[in-house]
Amino acid sequence: MTKAFGTNEVLHGVDLSVAEHEAVALIGASGSGKSTLLRCIDLLLEIDDGDVLLDGEVITDPSVDPVPVRRRLGLVFQAYNLFPHLTALDNIILGDRYAHGASREEARERAQRLLARFGLAGREHERPDDLSGGQQQRVAIARAFAGRPRALLLDEVTSALDPELVGEVLEAVRDLKQEGVTMLIATHEMSFAREVADVVGFLYEGRILELGPPEQVLVNPERPETKRFLRRLLEAGRV
Amino acid sequence: MTASEATLGRRAAREAAKRRRARRGQAVAAVSSVVVIGGLVALVLTSPGWPNVRDTFFSWSAFKDSFPDVLSAFWLDIKMFCVIEVAVLIVGLVIALVRTSRVAALFPVRLLAAVFVDVFRGVPVILLVYLVGFGIPALELSGLPSDPIVLGGIALTLSYSAYVAEVYRSGIASIHRGQRDAALAIGLTEGQALRHVILPQAVRRVGPPLLNDFIALQKDVALVSILGVVEAFRQAQIISSSTFNYTALMGAALLYLCVTIPLARILDRWGLEGSTRS
Repeated sequence: MTKAFGTNEVLHGVDLSVAEHEAVALIGASGSGKSTLLRCIDLLLEIDDGDVLLDGEVITDPSVDPVPVRRRLGLVFQAYNLFPHLTALDNIILGDRYAHGASREEARERAQRLLARFGLAGREHERPDDLSGGQQQRVAIARAFAGRPRALLLDEVTSALDPELVGEVLEAVRDLKQEGVTMLIATHEMSFAREVADVVGFLYEGRILELGPPEQVLVNPERPETKRFLRRLLEAGRV
Repeated sequence: MTASEATLGRRAAREAAKRRRARRGQAVAAVSSVVVIGGLVALVLTSPGWPNVRDTFFSWSAFKDSFPDVLSAFWLDIKMFCVIEVAVLIVGLVIALVRTSRVAALFPVRLLAAVFVDVFRGVPVILLVYLVGFGIPALELSGLPSDPIVLGGIALTLSYSAYVAEVYRSGIASIHRGQRDAALAIGLTEGQALRHVILPQAVRRVGPPLLNDFIALQKDVALVSILGVVEAFRQAQIISSSTFNYTALMGAALLYLCVTIPLARILDRWGLEGSTRS
């Protein structure tokens, strides 16, 4: 897959596959194209060349209606992007009702269960502004998961959080992984990637330079670029 | 003296200084108010023409005689204001939505909407009232309204819809694109995203500027008087010219203020809430 903004080519022929129940972590410096890749997969951006397949079906063909495709995927944003005019509960209900046609009661019940599952029971009627960053991101994860997606795309879901709030969000992701949810995770949390991911890919200047099990990519990388990136993280105390 | 007594003493001194400063501020404000306002009042009251002005603009007996008629005419202003306001909210929203939509098939409508805004915002309201009020009946087409109240209402609706459409549009544009992305990501269509995510936030954001336009509209209703509609201003004018006393106009002014000042206070409170939030 290839993607350019104007003449600035951000992704140069990325080739990646995620098997069912598998979690793939994408690591790489800011600007390496992680977010762009996830947004292209969720059809929020149009790609220039190549294909994205979901369950064996090409979803990036211009003739494909993006709306039903997006309903089969869940995307969690770095900045949460919750709807500030809606309560936590209504944030989750909205997609279930209008995108998936669930009845009000059905959607409500499911949303309540999801909030409880992510430790937010009792917070149903609060607005995003009244929640902490960690709570907001957990609501956002619940919102993305409420549509029972075939795969969840997580875009640096802890990068906007204060350090002490990172744990609770990672816990929610861990929980989903245990349930066997298929995930593509862009992250800066190396220890988390090692723990949760089945496969780690190192994205460098719009290419996947290295791909393999976490022990290999994160502990014994082959490429000098990967080594350099990991060393920098180590020096910054982020590992 | 112990340490805690020392802190108490310092705190008391600080409080006293703060009170002194506040008192001095109040005193300065009071004195300057008396000087400025008193000076202006004195200037007016001692002007050579004041006795004349008092009799022609502030005559209590003329006020008592004219006010009931002006007041009953003012109900027409209120009724027109309410109907036009609702029409403006709807027409303005439709134009804003057309202008922000990206559907290719809507291009001609989008163009028309842009022209609508440019033209009706660019023409003086009074001129528009004239043109619509005298122009449409002159076409002599059956089915077109000929009632000057309706025609005046249409002219005001055209003008204010153009303003309000731009207010809505700025509100829609001010919503962060992450909101649209999130709405699409959960599987909503563009239309659903607009309806459930973008518009509710945009409308909340433009409440104060909308109210501001409504204060202006409330006053401009008086412009339909040029079509011969007897609303409060026109009624007051009729009385004034028959009695050679302008007090009736002061009564009309008072009535307009009775509506616009409460609206302005609501607006203030609204703005205040907005600035203390987030």
